[in-house]
Amino acid sequence: MSNKILEIKEVKREFIMGTETVRALKGISFDVNAGEFVTIMGSSGSGKTTLLNMLGCLDKPTEGTYMLDNVNVKELSKDELAKLRNTKIGFVFQAYNLLPRTTALENVELPLLYNPLISSQERRERAIAALQAVKLDGRFDHTPNQLSGGQQQRVAIARALVNEPVMILADEATGNLDTRTSYEIMALMQDLNANGKTIVFVTHEPDIAGFSTRTVMLRDGKVQKDTENTNRRSAKEALASLPETDDY
Amino acid sequence: MKIINLILLAIKALQRNKLRALLTMLGIIIGVASVITMMSIGEGSKQSINNSLSSMGSNMITIMPQSNEPGGARIMGSSFKTLTIKDVEALQKNAPHIAMISPLASSSGQSINAAANWPTTIQGVSPEYLEIRKLSVQDGIIFSEQDVKSSAKVCLLGKTVVDNLFPNGESPLGKVIRFGKIPLQVIGVLTAKGTSNFGQDQDDIIIAPYTTIQKRVLSSIYFNQIYASATKEDDSDEAVDEATVALKATHKIREGEENDFQIRTQAELMTMLNSTSSMMTALLTAVASISLVIGGIGIMNIMYVSVTERTREIGLRMSIGARGIDILLQFLIEAVMISVTGGVIGVVLGISAAIIIPSMLNWPTVISESSIVISFLVCAVTGIFFGYYPALKASGLDPIEALRYE
Ligand SMILES: Nc1ncnc2c1ncn2[C@@H]1O[C@H](COP(=O)(O)OP(=O)(O)O)[C@@H](O)[C@H]1O
Ligand SMILES: [Mg+2]
Repeated sequence: MSNKILEIKEVKREFIMGTETVRALKGISFDVNAGEFVTIMGSSGSGKTTLLNMLGCLDKPTEGTYMLDNVNVKELSKDELAKLRNTKIGFVFQAYNLLPRTTALENVELPLLYNPLISSQERRERAIAALQAVKLDGRFDHTPNQLSGGQQQRVAIARALVNEPVMILADEATGNLDTRTSYEIMALMQDLNANGKTIVFVTHEPDIAGFSTRTVMLRDGKVQKDTENTNRRSAKEALASLPETDDY
Repeated sequence: MKIINLILLAIKALQRNKLRALLTMLGIIIGVASVITMMSIGEGSKQSINNSLSSMGSNMITIMPQSNEPGGARIMGSSFKTLTIKDVEALQKNAPHIAMISPLASSSGQSINAAANWPTTIQGVSPEYLEIRKLSVQDGIIFSEQDVKSSAKVCLLGKTVVDNLFPNGESPLGKVIRFGKIPLQVIGVLTAKGTSNFGQDQDDIIIAPYTTIQKRVLSSIYFNQIYASATKEDDSDEAVDEATVALKATHKIREGEENDFQIRTQAELMTMLNSTSSMMTALLTAVASISLVIGGIGIMNIMYVSVTERTREIGLRMSIGARGIDILLQFLIEAVMISVTGGVIGVVLGISAAIIIPSMLNWPTVISESSIVISFLVCAVTGIFFGYYPALKASGLDPIEALRYE
């Protein structure tokens, strides 16, 4: 009971577009326990991004309740939400969203700059540790345009990790990457999960969902299926079984 | 975010777009530089006026005739004939705070020495006049009270008159010149004073006893002016009060009637001239500050562009925990940085101009610290004022929409 990190009940989200109302989420309920690796699946337009934004406190439900770490998000002010995003959540985006012309190290330091309790020395040390955790030693001074897509996404993951969040939210984090690099990222995610991080991972590729412990299927703004993954695959093994010639 | 980090961030953002930052600063640079230059010119002319006025004697009092006709134009000037020797005597008797006194009866005309002649002004005064006006005799002597009593035909020449009447350099002392038809013996030459601040040649004069001028030149009992000096500079006001009472009595001016004379102290004259020059300075400064406003609008414009360009960055920063105030300060500090950097460059240029101008245009300049401090503060305020709206726009963005911005 007490290890529930997320608790959403009958969550609805509607967008008003002029005279029309788009009902992106039509009443969604599920819980996520600490240490789970959940993938949210569904076809394009099914409401995955809308749901993830809500889980990440970037957006609030029109109706329903969302409890994050036993706190009702609806009752928090904008600044409190910002603090929550800063300390409890790590975001990974499909488009990486690194700051251009800014080194990998500085990109990773960014969340810590918004945490006034952290000294500049600690900031640097933690950013270095985070980059080492995603195996990017020796790339600290590279700017995003000097890095490959996979490397950029790993910088983004380091950035999501650096604040030691309770939960990592990823929106199609492998959507722009080739299979091998996708697997590498998934291997990283599995490592993080093994070390206790809760992960909610949005994807539309069933292949990727196989690496998680649980899959929530969305369809047209509703939960269609919510299943435990019995035969979970290891991304490292999947990576090893890829044919050598695929390595372009 | 800590202020120091915000400042570093702003510096980085400006370095990334150096040329753009510089162009944006241009309005501020020009504005600040011209405000400082204008104010230094204004301050310089004020100080040089003050210097030349106090070189004329800071406790000097002048009495001039004035029209007191009801409804008539209140013109001050020597064309009104109200001041006579009786006034001088009344002042000598009844104004204890007046130390020295000299009437002035002046006339313009041709001065002649043999073949040379020169149009000039002759001033009929008492011997004390020289001391009141801080004039001195370089060669020869000043005429005496006895000369005044006897309307003696003697005179002192200013340097310009000497140069024109005695072009060959011979000494004028003891020579007899003529002013109009009146022969006058030269008994002294005045020390040169040069051109006054108002462009007047102060050496283009002849000085003679006032009785001589009144009787022999003007055939008039009136004076153009009376010069006096207070016992001390601080006594000026008492001296003016005493003189007013004394002259009201001699002129039989009743309670409630307009005076037919006007008394001015040097201090008043100073204030009057200063207020004129302050007004000019204020006007020029106002014109210069318009370019500060234009500079501010330039900053506002570029900050709006910058906010739009960096919409995704703003969304990203918000999604990783930046609060609205962090984003607001980020852009506000950037704007202030532009305006303050522009201000520093403007101050340097303005000071350089104020240093160069005296040698190029011969205008005196004085750089006042207050003008630097003020224009600097104005810059910072300009940055805050014009940077605020773009920054507010940035901080009010919705993180999701900002992240999606193409
Ligand atoms: N800001 C918005 N304004 C209006 N409609 C939106 C907005 N965001 C999402 N939607 C709509 O909500 C639905 C779900 O979108 P989204 O969550 O992005 O789907 P997914 O990520 O699963 O592809 C779509 O029909 C989309 O058009
Ligand atoms: Mg999506």
